[in-house]
Amino acid sequence: MKIGEEEGIHPLRLQVPRPIGYIQGGKVKRYFGRKLLIYILTFFVAVTIDWMIPRFMPGDPVDALMARAGSFAESTELMHDYYSKIFGLDVPLWQQYLNFWNALLHGDLGISVYVFPLPVTTVIMRAVPFDILLLVPAILLSWFAGNWFGAFAARSKRLDNTILPLGYILTATPYMWLAMLLAWALGIVFNIFPISGGYSYAMTPSLSWAFIWSYLQHWFLPFLSLFLVGFGGWAIGMRNMIIYELEADYSHYLEALGAPRRLVRKYAFRNAVLPQLTGLALALGVIVAGALVTEVVFSYPGIGYLILQAINTRDFFLLQGCFLFIILGVLLANFAIDIAYVFVDPRTRIGMQGE
Amino acid sequence: MINLKKNEILYFALRNNKLKVGLAVLLLFVVLTIVGPLLTNYPPMDYVGPLSAPPSSEFWFGTTSFGQDIFSQFVHGLKASFLVGIVGGGLGTLLGMLVGFTAGYRGGMVDEALNMLTNIVLVIPTLAVLLIIVAYLEVRGIFIESIFIGCTAWPWAARAIRAQTFSLRSRDFVDLARLSGMNSLKIIFTEIAPNMMSYLLLVFILQFGGAVLIAATLDFIGLGPTDAMSLGLMMNNAVLWGALILGIWWWFIPPGVAITAIVGALYITNVGLDEVFNPKLREM
Repeated sequence: MKIGEEEGIHPLRLQVPRPIGYIQGGKVKRYFGRKLLIYILTFFVAVTIDWMIPRFMPGDPVDALMARAGSFAESTELMHDYYSKIFGLDVPLWQQYLNFWNALLHGDLGISVYVFPLPVTTVIMRAVPFDILLLVPAILLSWFAGNWFGAFAARSKRLDNTILPLGYILTATPYMWLAMLLAWALGIVFNIFPISGGYSYAMTPSLSWAFIWSYLQHWFLPFLSLFLVGFGGWAIGMRNMIIYELEADYSHYLEALGAPRRLVRKYAFRNAVLPQLTGLALALGVIVAGALVTEVVFSYPGIGYLILQAINTRDFFLLQGCFLFIILGVLLANFAIDIAYVFVDPRTRIGMQGE
Repeated sequence: MINLKKNEILYFALRNNKLKVGLAVLLLFVVLTIVGPLLTNYPPMDYVGPLSAPPSSEFWFGTTSFGQDIFSQFVHGLKASFLVGIVGGGLGTLLGMLVGFTAGYRGGMVDEALNMLTNIVLVIPTLAVLLIIVAYLEVRGIFIESIFIGCTAWPWAARAIRAQTFSLRSRDFVDLARLSGMNSLKIIFTEIAPNMMSYLLLVFILQFGGAVLIAATLDFIGLGPTDAMSLGLMMNNAVLWGALILGIWWWFIPPGVAITAIVGALYITNVGLDEVFNPKLREM
């Protein structure tokens, strides 16, 4: 039983898929309009949370921040003025809120304590490419490979009995623990891969072959641990969905007509892949969380590592900036999945499913 | 009739290997959590032994590089994980039921509004929100952590329960109850909820597992309890003090094995139960 599985027994499944050319523009527009509204509201809520938390948690934020940033002597005075200005606690709350939005829309997320005095936006923008190059391949490859394999394993006794337990173990594994195991086994014991950093500390980022090679070496283990956990989950999800689909009336009907096993499976797969796509959108939060801790294990210079540093140095502006960037990334990914959904599921195009 | 049905479920439950394996593993860890603290004389945080000692008869799981007893930390961490699972997972399920039942049964504008709320909270990554909330707390306890986890984990449960409620609410027996003048609350709890008890149990199991994982993640980043030991915190300490590079595998292997085993057992139990409750899936 997986998230979104209630759709597996959806009565609409019994309908014959319509030809792909059957498109009504209005329905598609409404589908995207609704999605977009939710995303805009979500961003709004996220920004509001980001603004609210330092102000409504017990204690005075400026005092708390100063107490924590105390060890950075040369920046103390500067920071105090800066914090007071940022929080602007003397103006009414609504004014503070508007100011916050105003700064945000100008790309101003504050100044980092961890790498004082760089703006938070700059610090984060340096980390983002590492995240994208790590996450996008890991998510896509694990999703495709997992689905393919799950569909392959379903209802074949031998694979089911060996792969299924393995899949459950993989998907139950905490991301950081698998990362630690891989780092320890392949990095320390067998000494094949480096286990720290995004590239060799002796290098500066450039577009040379030596750098790319070093980058790939450092990239592989974080990628592998993200891939493996995801793979297990998708394989199990797909295997379970296929079994639901093979029990559906249309499958039995096809079988009764004497359709070859492969054809029945093909139809089952097309239907089963839809909840998996919804599942991908739902799992993004968990995957991102997994990526954060994986980066911590490998000291990989992405957002996760920044968050760790932000927590250790009590750099709350950096922490809040990372939060907003994560939300933004997840929203964009969700939107991409929505677009993919329209291509995969003809029914979205004719407006039979509202969401 | 009811007796027959119960017997039938028991019959299938006892023959389901997934269910048996899952429950056995869970039982093992529950027993370890209860008995474990009695087997060790050392408090989890105290510096009691030699530094970085491998497992021995004196220190079953070895010691940390500060000389803390890892077995003691492990069993106390297990307790924390179960607490987070029960409180966080339970709260997540309750909130999910509250929102799901209301939205699914009421329909109309209430449903639209709650659905919107659910979708919004669903998109925001749980961990990101927890990060910025928990980072501002001065003192963090396991109980508070569980409450926060429960408050952010409910959306998918709400969505699933709403869909189930939606399909049940137009059934004849619900109509009949409505015609007989029963109030909505009573209909939900006496007519609708009992018919999806098995489903709610599955939701709780998944929420339990999710809460354990998210707590471990949070603790690992360094936002764990400040006054107690947890499995995530053990891994955090291990990485922080170089257990990987020094090869102190007995420090970081046990907490991960425990989390994987508990969560994996929950998932397998879940599938097993699903097969027991859902006749369509039984024939395997």
